[in-house]
Amino acid sequence: MSQISQMDFSYFPGCSLATTAVESSLSMIKSARILGLNLIELEDWNCCGSSSASTLCKNLALAMAARNLSLAPAGRPLVAMCPRCLHYLRSAQLCLRDDGETRRNLEEQFGRPINLDVEIIHFMEVLVRYGLNRLGEKARRSLKGLKFVPYYGCTLARPPRLSRQKYFQGEMENILTALGAEPVTTALSHRCCGSFLSATDPEVVTPLVNEIIDSAVASRANCLVTACAMCQLNLEIRCTTKTRLPIFHFSEILALALGAEDYEEWFVRHLVDPRPLLQDLALVA
Amino acid sequence: MLRPQLPVSAGIQTMDTASQKRSLADAVMARSGTNFKACYQCRACAGGCPFIKAMDYPPNAVLRLLQYGMTQEALTCKTIWVCVGCHTCSSQCPMGIDLAAVMDTLRLMAVEEGVAIGSPHILDFHEEVLRSLERYGRAHKLGIMLRHKMSTKSWFKDLDVGLKMLAKRKLDLWPSKVKDIKEIAGLFQCYWRETS
Repeated sequence: MSQISQMDFSYFPGCSLATTAVESSLSMIKSARILGLNLIELEDWNCCGSSSASTLCKNLALAMAARNLSLAPAGRPLVAMCPRCLHYLRSAQLCLRDDGETRRNLEEQFGRPINLDVEIIHFMEVLVRYGLNRLGEKARRSLKGLKFVPYYGCTLARPPRLSRQKYFQGEMENILTALGAEPVTTALSHRCCGSFLSATDPEVVTPLVNEIIDSAVASRANCLVTACAMCQLNLEIRCTTKTRLPIFHFSEILALALGAEDYEEWFVRHLVDPRPLLQDLALVA
Repeated sequence: MLRPQLPVSAGIQTMDTASQKRSLADAVMARSGTNFKACYQCRACAGGCPFIKAMDYPPNAVLRLLQYGMTQEALTCKTIWVCVGCHTCSSQCPMGIDLAAVMDTLRLMAVEEGVAIGSPHILDFHEEVLRSLERYGRAHKLGIMLRHKMSTKSWFKDLDVGLKMLAKRKLDLWPSKVKDIKEIAGLFQCYWRETS
């Protein structure tokens, strides 16, 4: 696999990472800094459109994603952590490549070109390109003893619209294994977390979340690591099982392995306190 | 399991209404880019759907309604609103039918056609999200949840989780905003704004 030499990336945080899940963003930026990767926040980005815009108005959803693409400078990949943001941005890009008229109208509206060639990738892909050996050399703490369920949720691998595009299946296991952790692959790792039903119909979501957590417990995992901030939130707030497991954002675990010391401000925001597990594994003081 | 039945009146329909119904079903097919006529009711979608218990029709039955030209029933069912687009069904369908795209299209058409919405509280939630996006360019979760609770009059449902999230500073009091809000206003000169 070719290693990246380019270190500049545009970074699209999205609404969750900018607010509710800021710990995911902070730990991701921290990891990038340690690795010498330059994540440059997309200037004045807006919401990707989300499920709600695509439910109520396709043109609005497309325009919202397109505005973000028009803000992305050429020559560096656009990185997102949230799978839904990634999905809507990539879908919009594909759609605008085929629909010249809509693209021209939007460009006229924004007064700037929409970058149809900018590569849109998940943060995990950045690490894979950085090189797992190189990553291993940068590690300051071993993740030995961390038995994690790689919880991808539903959106990273599945959308049929992107079936011919690059997807990121397996990258979480590869990265965290390179850092000493042990993946547990017999639990539910692609089962949907309930998405927005967690806000509208929590009684529907609770049994589903419990099933996911129970499967992780039965597989003898000691935590779940998520690729998606909304999954992380739903798995924490909707779980009512007797045995609870810590739910990490992928970037938190990564930053910890890379020697980050400001983890306290991330972990106090968790509903299931991950510190006892990390203390047991001597990962934190 | 609920099975769609042909209405008793089906036989005495005039050709006009029958062809109108067909053209609606054809519109769903064209807009979703999905050939649901290929569905032979194996129910793999229903078997895999995590949300089946909250639905009134399993996903395969929605396709059957469309195959029968019973578009009105398909547009007014709960199933299309409960679907979050996790694509489990689409990835399990042996005929490669993208059911999530069909649900997507049916939701849009339900709003456009002004039919009775199967799960009004879910539509309300999406509307609140869009109002937040229009105001700030980004989603402000606390504002969305408060307004959603107000319009569905469910203040006390889920209060404990809301309080826990506030205590963990997971619900920001103030929204994160786009600077160029005029440009956002331009995006909202759209179908939703003009019709809602």
